[in-house]
Amino acid sequence: MGGMAGMGPIAPEADEPVFHHAWEARVHALTVASPTRGNIDAGRHERELIPGPEYLAMSYYEKWFRSLSRLLVKRGAATEQELASGRADPASAKATPNLPAAEVTARLTRRGSYLREGPAATFAIGDRVRARNLNPPGHTRLPRYARGHEGVIVAQRGTHVFPDANAHGRGEDPHPLYTVRFTARELWGPDASPRDSVHLDLWEPYLERA
Amino acid sequence: MTLRVKALESLLVEKGLVDPAALDAIVDHFEHKVGPRNGARVVARAWSDPDFLTRLRTDATEAIAELGYFGGQGEHMVAVENTAAVHNLVVCTLCSCYPWPVLGLPPVWYKSAPYRSRAVIDPRGVLAEFGTALPDDVEVRVWDSTAEIRYLVIPERPAGTEGLDEDALAALVTRNGMIGTARL
Repeated sequence: MGGMAGMGPIAPEADEPVFHHAWEARVHALTVASPTRGNIDAGRHERELIPGPEYLAMSYYEKWFRSLSRLLVKRGAATEQELASGRADPASAKATPNLPAAEVTARLTRRGSYLREGPAATFAIGDRVRARNLNPPGHTRLPRYARGHEGVIVAQRGTHVFPDANAHGRGEDPHPLYTVRFTARELWGPDASPRDSVHLDLWEPYLERA
Repeated sequence: MTLRVKALESLLVEKGLVDPAALDAIVDHFEHKVGPRNGARVVARAWSDPDFLTRLRTDATEAIAELGYFGGQGEHMVAVENTAAVHNLVVCTLCSCYPWPVLGLPPVWYKSAPYRSRAVIDPRGVLAEFGTALPDDVEVRVWDSTAEIRYLVIPERPAGTEGLDEDALAALVTRNGMIGTARL
């Protein structure tokens, strides 16, 4: 939604609590502990599948609750009937928790990485590139506001898991990741500040040489 | 929502998919173990220790790990430094990406449509709404967290703080200062 108008004022809250309701904390914890955890891209895509008008009307953790429920069914961890009744199907096998209490701290402080072995970077720092005009039907991390615009590579970030593939169960398909600087005027036109810029982290398949 | 979430939790516990004690431990982690006080320690160290600042510039993930801060949503950290001439602002227009190990979970406004939509097109207006009027000659760099790189703004060290130790410096650093919606 970057660059869209009409979303209303920003509403900061003084002394904001980490969670506003106990159920929000539980939804967060359930999402972290659930067997559906492990593919961050699939989780993000599931939230994007919420229809726009509903998405905008839902609170953050309502979206998490919806996407967790959907993913549990998609992964076969629970059935629609079980979610509706709140009771386990007596015929279903008892599972073992994916995340036992004793392992929580180790899991949350694990030093993970999205870097993978894969193709080497084609673009160098300083190269001019254009964000391709791609409009895939599924998950992507190429924001609409950058598509078709030219920028400059300012950093190479290594070869990273590619969300467009990973979100859809097509494997990690790693690609080089870059930070690309777009001037505010390139993105937003002549009324934008001549000094300002927006930086995006973009995978090589999103880019072409300008 | 309270009842619906309770029903889902009891279902998943009954099925053996989640350990209720694990849920308590996860909530405790995000309420008490991570939060902007961690990021403030990083900033105070960067202000006080030039060698640390050099390491932060070279590999922020490793430098921040020296202070014991690492984990999910902090796998690939980059520090961006404010100066008199440059102001940095971090957003995630696509969802709610935020450096959990150093800032904790994001505030509601950071995850909301108004901030996500406007931070990239009108960063100066957003800053003004947060009470920060930036002079025209200050360059604004917005960082849209579109991948797994997580950005931490290192605010400019306030004037008159030369004699302060790291604890006192950390106390000056605010969450919004490390997102970039405020200057210190």
